[in-house]
Amino acid sequence: MQTLSGIPLNYYIYLSTALFCIGVLGVMVRRNAIIMFMCIELMLNAVNLLMVAFSRYLGDSSGQVFVFFIMAVAAAEVAVGLAILIMIYRNAKTSDTEVLNELKL
Amino acid sequence: MKELLLLSGLGVLALVSGLLNLRKIMMPLVLTGLLANIGFCIYDWNSNELVYNMLMMDNFALAFSIIFSATAFLWFISAKDYFADDNNFSDHYALVLFTLTGGLLLVSFTNMVMLFLGIEILSIPLFVLVGSHKTKLRSNEAAFKYFLLGSFASAFMLFGITLIYGITGSFNTQAIAVFLSQAGTVHALVFAGMLCILMSLAFKVSAAPFHFWAPDVYQGAPTHITAYMSTVVKTVAFAAFFRVFQTSFGAMQEDYMLALAIMSAVTLLVSNITAAVQENVKRMLAYSSISHAGFMLITVLTIRTHSAGILLYYAMVYSISSICAFAVLKQVKIHSGGREMISTFKGLLVRNKLMAFSMSLALLSMSGIPPLAGFMAKYMVFVAAINNDYLWLAVVGVIASLIAVFYYFKIIIVMFGNTPDDIDNSTIILPAHIRIVLVICCIGMLLLAVMPDILLTIL
Repeated sequence: MQTLSGIPLNYYIYLSTALFCIGVLGVMVRRNAIIMFMCIELMLNAVNLLMVAFSRYLGDSSGQVFVFFIMAVAAAEVAVGLAILIMIYRNAKTSDTEVLNELKL
Repeated sequence: MKELLLLSGLGVLALVSGLLNLRKIMMPLVLTGLLANIGFCIYDWNSNELVYNMLMMDNFALAFSIIFSATAFLWFISAKDYFADDNNFSDHYALVLFTLTGGLLLVSFTNMVMLFLGIEILSIPLFVLVGSHKTKLRSNEAAFKYFLLGSFASAFMLFGITLIYGITGSFNTQAIAVFLSQAGTVHALVFAGMLCILMSLAFKVSAAPFHFWAPDVYQGAPTHITAYMSTVVKTVAFAAFFRVFQTSFGAMQEDYMLALAIMSAVTLLVSNITAAVQENVKRMLAYSSISHAGFMLITVLTIRTHSAGILLYYAMVYSISSICAFAVLKQVKIHSGGREMISTFKGLLVRNKLMAFSMSLALLSMSGIPPLAGFMAKYMVFVAAINNDYLWLAVVGVIASLIAVFYYFKIIIVMFGNTPDDIDNSTIILPAHIRIVLVICCIGMLLLAVMPDILLTIL
């Protein structure tokens, strides 16, 4: 069994897959916009964890550099997302996504 | 390298153009920049320049850069009022130019990091552009939906890239391809990773069953941005789709072929059937855009027979027709108090001849009526499908085209057959820049129909 600091590599894969799935479920189930954003962040951080684990396991630093890119992009993405949310809040006075139902067949 | 510096430099300049009082010369500057970009691409032809082992300006990348720059050129002229009647003109210019920079990364990447960065540089400014009608809740809603599903899809792409990195130990597309072609049995995580990347790219190109965001976002966004998304953004997203599956996953074609074939068949049927019942023209064009994604997916499916030229041709033909249709839609909207129903097009022939003719040319081209360019594009796609033993897919495509003819003709009949309503029967006087765009689009559609070889055979 391949290990990383005494913990088998498989465990890292299981953990980050579980975190990723929790994020996916959260985005699908929750209706509050802020919580949906948090779930997307959770998905990205699950990826970061897995990337760092693989990078350490392969002895290749490019994976860790990629993690910095992901973190920077995630920050930019959330900045835009929160701006959109504030815009919605100003027009609709709520952050609940139920009000967003104008566009339909 | 030159192309990248040019587009991003232009974007940064646009960002400070408000401070430097460049408002008047910004539009000519951007148009010159795009022409210069096309010039650079032609100059670099066959050079296969490698940029820091991250991007490769091969002919595929250059050809797609040329067509997305040309489309963006036309779009900038047609969207002149989007940049004129606003205090935020510098932001709008900058954001659009940054999406073009992201597009350049997407057509030329040789490293998965660049694929991810390209998608993000393309998407994040687009989230803002979609929501640029700040006080309209519809625009807000579209921006929110696009943001949420866009970042959701990006997370899937990242997960896929990570899994493939874990097994192959590289982000380089060539190294991944070499690893996959040499490995006897491929690890299950590679399949999972490939599936994740396929899903996220299908999101980006709005292929079924991941197309649900597209009609809402296209309808809610400002019309100019809808036109931009369904032309330039779609073209570069498909170029990226094609590039991933051509370089990295070339060795694993048997494993994803069936999934792609089913995906494109479902896209073709679902989008065309839903488009047929739409009364809102903008939403109908959104569904038509999804259906064209279905046709373009077939070219990804037939990678084996070098279908890059067909994708290039299809994307260009569709972009020109789409720019034309959206430009007409925008003008009709302006002159009918913001309505965009099919009935708004009543008697357009009487109100303005050029608009009625160019709109019907665009719709006929999109529905694939010979002798227009759209027919040639669809014909090439069907031939490619049949040559690769996907006869059933070609049949589905033909059925989808027949349904498409029905809803495109609904608009044409209304334009030519009816007299104008009592409410809006005034003749429409087109601004000069729209007239230029419409004429260029019509000439382009006819030219591409007569000489398809200029795009079909260069790749």
